[in-house]
Amino acid sequence: MTSVVDLTPGSAGAPGTPGAPLAAARRGMRVSRRRALVGLAMATPAIVLIAAFFLVPLVMTFWISLHNWPLLGRHRFVGLDNYARAVADPGFRTAMKFTLVYTVVITPVLFLIGLGMALLVRRRVRAARVFQSIYFMPVCIGLAAGSFLWLYLGQARIGPLFDLLRRVGIVPADGNIFAGTWGALLMVIGMVTWKVVGLQMLLLLSGLNSIPDDVVEAARIDGASRWQGFRHITVPLLRPTLALVLVFSVAGSLLAFDQFFIMTNGGPANSTITAVYAIYRTSFISFKLGYGAALSVFLMVVLAVVSAVQMLLLRNTDHG
Amino acid sequence: MADTATATTARTASGPSGQARGEQRARRGFVGEVRRSMPAAAWWVVCLCLAVVFLYPLYVMLSMALKGPAEQGQIPPTAFPHAPTLGNFTHLASVQGLNVFGNLLNSVMVTLAATVLTVVVATLAGYALARARFPGSNVVFFVALATFMIPFQAIITPLFMVLKTLGLNNSLVGLTVVYVTFNLPFGLFIMRNSFAAVPGTLEEAALVDGCGIFTALRHIMLPIVMPGVITTALLTFFASWNEFFAALILLTDQDKFTLPVTLTLVTSGQFGSVNWGALEAGVALTIIPCIVIYVLLQRYYVSGMLNGALK
Repeated sequence: MTSVVDLTPGSAGAPGTPGAPLAAARRGMRVSRRRALVGLAMATPAIVLIAAFFLVPLVMTFWISLHNWPLLGRHRFVGLDNYARAVADPGFRTAMKFTLVYTVVITPVLFLIGLGMALLVRRRVRAARVFQSIYFMPVCIGLAAGSFLWLYLGQARIGPLFDLLRRVGIVPADGNIFAGTWGALLMVIGMVTWKVVGLQMLLLLSGLNSIPDDVVEAARIDGASRWQGFRHITVPLLRPTLALVLVFSVAGSLLAFDQFFIMTNGGPANSTITAVYAIYRTSFISFKLGYGAALSVFLMVVLAVVSAVQMLLLRNTDHG
Repeated sequence: MADTATATTARTASGPSGQARGEQRARRGFVGEVRRSMPAAAWWVVCLCLAVVFLYPLYVMLSMALKGPAEQGQIPPTAFPHAPTLGNFTHLASVQGLNVFGNLLNSVMVTLAATVLTVVVATLAGYALARARFPGSNVVFFVALATFMIPFQAIITPLFMVLKTLGLNNSLVGLTVVYVTFNLPFGLFIMRNSFAAVPGTLEEAALVDGCGIFTALRHIMLPIVMPGVITTALLTFFASWNEFFAALILLTDQDKFTLPVTLTLVTSGQFGSVNWGALEAGVALTIIPCIVIYVLLQRYYVSGMLNGALK
């Protein structure tokens, strides 16, 4: 029976109850130790995978970044040279700047449309649920497949979306949406919005649903206007969701690759190269692995800052 | 299927009484007010227009995939295939000297293997971290969570080198292992929480009755944590099926490419001309399985997304 006590999750490390007989406690100890061993064995595949394919490459990133490391041939220790080069590299700076511009443009677009859609479909009728399911559908489609699809949609002359825009008079008949940086960027933003805004909608919807009505109502009774209630009650209570939604789109945008690789090829004139795209070209087109690793470290630092800001935003809510 | 998804949403958000309270909520509050001031007809119009916007690209994909060679290049494009044909799909058997169906098979194998392996590894480890703790199990969980914050795009260069050292570069096995590793943290997280939520007395009873740990896990625990297993499997399936970046880098032989990477070959036409019909047929092959699975299992998918994101 002692084993029963040891099996509760919390007491796995502290077998036996204070009043239990010594022999039973010892038996309990044996059982719990065996259980810990079984647990370790069960976790081993996960530990091995994470160690070999996550921890080792993570440490190696820093190590390689300190070297001149071609794909073939000898590598040479160069200290922080790669970092110095990255800071001065106009190509990488342009890529970083473009990635930030893309992030800054797409984040509010996704957020506002997602919020608008969440407010729109927040109805307890069957039709609203069907619409939710439809808007969420593209989320399960891959970015790559979506990119190929939209590449055709906006293709000069033969693309249906191009044709639509031509009829409306936005694009000239002999124009090419992908020929200009902003045209290409807008197509990518259109595709990404179509693909991911359903997730933002759903997250905001569940955030809105978790706010008790009594709170907003109390404010209304106290004389707050609808807008004041929304601004001062709903929005602050929604903050954890807002932080989450923002971090989702910021982190996703900072790592953008597929859509630009497929839809713009980095063009026109390398103007839509993102940070990950620059790393890809450095490591796997030019095969400068050391330099590519240094660029990766920069990217990790930016992402760590974003994560830290997220933590800060989430923590503040507890006290706010 | 549609209402089950939303029922889950409501449950996740507001607990068991969500149904009744949700009704009230819809009638009150700022949002409710705005909605009441908006006529039902306008709501329907806006929602239907949005639905058209979201479904339009998928319609265009199917329409183009079914057009014949002459109709594909027509300017302006036709609104629907006037003589529907499966020619684009059969053409996929020989595009750029490549059998895309072979690549489809690669995708199927990698995705299935990654999904099964992730589920097995995550279930075992999730059980251990929730129910059979060992010294250091907290560290393991913490490290697994850290992988959330560092995406594999950032460590792809050394990952490539590790695989090369192990002789797993340019190999579907290597790609599968990478997919398992990077879907593992999420699966571990879901499975650990699933096991932690099972009442301890249930398993104790089984063990007292003489079941071994594994028997109890398989016959008592597993049926209870099945929703977690399905969610883990679904998320891994979608992530692996749709993954592009790692497959692009880690595979170099064309006949080993997975479906999304193969499509890049279809777009780079031999004489600068792209076979858009074949491309859209390939895109349809990539997208349709996702849509079918989404429609069938969206309850698990949506709740998994929300649980993973919100907890």
